[in-house]
Parts: sequence; structure tokens; C-alpha cells
Amino acid sequence: MSHTPFIWAAYSIGTVVLLWCALAPLIHKKAVIRDIRKLSQIEERNRDSHS
Amino acid sequence: MNTNATTMNKDKPRKNWLVMFIHKMGSPPWFYGFSGKLIPWLWAIFAALTIWGLYLGLVKAPADYQQGESFRIMYLHVPSAWMSMLIYTSMAIMGFIALVWRIRIMEILAMSSAPVGAAFTIIALASGSLWGRPTWGTYWVWDARLTSELVLLFLYLGVIGLYNAIDEPRKAARAACLLALVGAVNLPIIHYSVKWWNTLHQGSSISVTGGSNIDPSMLWPLLIMAFAVKFYYGANLLTRARVKLLEQDKRKGWVKKIIKERES
Amino acid sequence: MTPEQQSGSMASAFFALLRRDLLLAFRRRTEMLFPIVFLLVVVSLFPLGIGPSPALLARIAPGVIWIAALLATVISLDGLFRSDFEDGTLEQFVLSGHPLTLISLAKILAHWLVAGLPLVLMSPLLAVWMNLPIESLGVMVLTLALGTPILSLIGSIGVGLTISLKRGGQLLSLLVFPLYVPILIIATAAVMAASDGLPYTAFLGLLVAGLITSVTLAPFAAAAALKISLS
Repeated sequence: MSHTPFIWAAYSIGTVVLLWCALAPLIHKKAVIRDIRKLSQIEERNRDSHS
Repeated sequence: MNTNATTMNKDKPRKNWLVMFIHKMGSPPWFYGFSGKLIPWLWAIFAALTIWGLYLGLVKAPADYQQGESFRIMYLHVPSAWMSMLIYTSMAIMGFIALVWRIRIMEILAMSSAPVGAAFTIIALASGSLWGRPTWGTYWVWDARLTSELVLLFLYLGVIGLYNAIDEPRKAARAACLLALVGAVNLPIIHYSVKWWNTLHQGSSISVTGGSNIDPSMLWPLLIMAFAVKFYYGANLLTRARVKLLEQDKRKGWVKKIIKERES
Repeated sequence: MTPEQQSGSMASAFFALLRRDLLLAFRRRTEMLFPIVFLLVVVSLFPLGIGPSPALLARIAPGVIWIAALLATVISLDGLFRSDFEDGTLEQFVLSGHPLTLISLAKILAHWLVAGLPLVLMSPLLAVWMNLPIESLGVMVLTLALGTPILSLIGSIGVGLTISLKRGGQLLSLLVFPLYVPILIIATAAVMAASDGLPYTAFLGLLVAGLITSVTLAPFAAAAALKISLS
């Protein structure tokens, strides 16, 4: 039995898991930044309506 | 009593320097800026070392005379297994510092470590069982290393689960840090009891790590890969910590300033 | 207050709390029975699930009885601090100035007397059901007597951490089962060794060491966990 498919499978699982683990915080960061922008927009609108 | 006092005095300047560094790190804008500059370098070193290590391991190194080509899985499995243990230890140490000195950045770093450690544990388990199929003839054997990796995964999932279950981020981090610390006290006991349990029930004869005499041409790629993944951990940890910091401080001035600067 | 007086008041607080908890548990006698009935039901499922062959049952008996004891302990653990946390009694304890470690230790001891000790007392019946060799019956009971207090002690840390959650029970099992692995391994190994006629005192020694270590460390960790949950 050839061992090559198992090596390929192991390294592809490793790549996928490490890639996902590296990209997950970046995706989350986008959401957080969108959140912060929304927050500051609301604040600005409140300030405008008060003045 | 007396000797205690003198040793404390001797330690004082060094401790002060360390405390100063931790306090400086504890300032969120400073940490955010500094880690932002560091992360690209860590990724670059990781990429360079990985390419070098994989070239040596997958192309140059000969197949193992006993295990054949499947030995090449070791260059992934062993560094991941080492990292899973190392990250748990570092998470517990950072958790200890966070709990004793109440340093928020340490809470964040400890909690950012957990998913990275869990990822390495999953890789160690998956690669270990893929190595097992050609070697043992089955995907899963209750081998000492695989079993303790599995228990370690449960410990990581417990920490992540507790952290996500509590709504208030700082309380969640403190609770999960304490759990990580309790787990770290237990981890050596778990490790050795599983090892001993395995010999007691006469498990597999070939261990995942293989024989004790590894050819240098096989050892080098292993060590390079083990070194490379530490930079992955560093880069990923800091990236995660930065996002958590932004999220927790989203109403603070320094975060708004950074977001404004990004826009322009 | 002199140190002697203080230690006297600490001891009296410990016993007062212990008496109160036991009294409360005794008032709710039917609830006390739940873990025992749970244990009986779980163990009786095994012969139904894998067949009544006496040799097979004898082989798996130590593991089955111990795993059932682990499960029974975890389901009873949720009540360890729950009612005191929800009605604010726990906060009153903290405000009373008595060390939280001592309070935790008293509550853990009460929990073991109510939920752990009955498991130990029931285990001979389970051993008969599971066809455990009669020579290893004593060792089985002894491992449970030494091991179930460790389960309560380690479990109390997990309860302290999850107490502020509405549905902490499910998470609790994830937190504590990995920590129970060494106890399960050592205790079942002792019983299996006794069944095979091998020396087992070393295993019991390990359990005693585990009990001493967890008595000295776990109440502190449980108190720290409660403090985080109460903050």
C-alpha cells in the first residue's frame, strides 16, 4: 500500500487548520472595525442633533 | 528571614525592569502599535523556516527504513504535539500572571492562546491517526501520546467553552485563566497516568515518535519545523490579542483614533 | 481577637456550616436519592447493552462502576453552591469575614457526605450485579471511598467557575471530566490488579496521595473560582 496519500492528507489537514486559525481573527477584526465605525457614527449623529 | 530579605533585595532591580516592561505592554495603544510592527516579521520568519524545513523533510530526507514514507508525517505531527503542550503551559503562565497581578493584556494573551493551542492539538491528533493507518493498520489506537493529546484537546475546549459562556469579557477571562491553571497542575499527572495506563494494558509496540536513533538528515527538518511553528504561534497570538483589545476598548479614545487614521 | 479565639471561631463556623448543609439536605431526602438511583440505572444499562455474559461483565465491572460514579458525582455537583449562590447566602458568607476557603471545604465535605458516601455504600450491590470477583470487592469499595472525595474536591473548582451561568451543568462536565482521568485510571487499575491477584497497595497509596493533595489545594482554587464568579 502506498503511503503517499496519507502524507498528502496529513499535510493538507495541517494547512487547512493553520490557515483557518490564522484567518479567523482577521475576519473577526473586520466585523469589530465595522462595529466601531457604526458606534462613532451614532455618537456623531447624537452630537449633531444636540448642537 | 534574614536570607529572605537579602535575596529579595538582590532580585529587586531585575523585578522592577520586568514589571516596567509588563506595565508598558499593559498600555493598550503601545501594545497595539508594537505588535502591529512585529507581526509581519514573525510571519516572514515562519514562512521562510517552513519552506526550508519542508524542503529538507519532504524532498531531501530519505524514507525511514522501518516506517517508510509515512515517517514524513512526523515533520508535522511532532512539532504540533510539542506546540500543543507548550502553548498550554504558556497559557497557564500568562493566566497566572493575569490573576495575581490583574494585568488585562495578560488575560487577553492567555485567552488568545487557547484557540491556537487547540488548532495544534487537532493537527497532532489528525496527523497521528493518519500516520497510524499505514503503520498500525487502523486510524485510531489508544496510544499514550494520542490519548493524552485527546485529553489535552478536552482541556482546551473547556477553557474556550468557559471563556465564551460568560458574557462579561474580563470575568470570563479570569475564570478561564483559573481553569487553565488548574488544568496545568493536572496536566503532568494526566500525562504520566495515561502513559502508565498504556503500558499497563500493553498498547501499541511502535510509538508515534519512532525509534530513538533518528538519522541527522531526518532530525534537522524536524527541529526546523518545531522552531518555525513557534513563530506561527507568536504571529497568530498577537493578531488575536490585537482584535480582542480593539473589541474590548471599542468605546475608548485610542481605538477611535486608530480607526480614523486607517480611514484617511 | 487572639489567634486562638479566631481559630476557635473558624472551627465553629466550619461545623455550623456543615451542620446546616446536612440539615438542609436531610429535609430534601428525595433529592438525596437521585444520584444513587442514577448510579443504579446507569450500571444496570451495561448488561442490557452488551449482554449478560458473567466473564465479560466481571472484566468491565471496575470501569463501569467507576464511570457511573463519575457521572453520578457530576450530576450532583451542580447543587454544591447553586442554592446558596442564587439566594445570596454565598455573598453573605463572604461578607461575614470567614475565609472562603474554609467555607468551600465545609460545603465540599457536606456534599461528599450527602452524595459521595452513599455511592460508596451502594457499590457492593453494584459489584454483585457486575459479577466482580469477591476478592476485589473490598478494594473496589476502598478505591471509591478514597476516590469520590477527590471527585467532589476537584469538581468544586468547576462548580465555582460555572456557578454564575444559567446552564452551567453541561459545561461543568466538559470542565471536570478531563481532570478526573488520572483518578479513573488509578482506581480501576487497583481493582483490576486485585481481581488478577496482583499487588495493589501502591495504587491505593497513589489515591491517598491524590486525596491529600486535593484536600490541601482544591478548596483554595474553589474559593478563588467563587470569588471570580461573585465579582
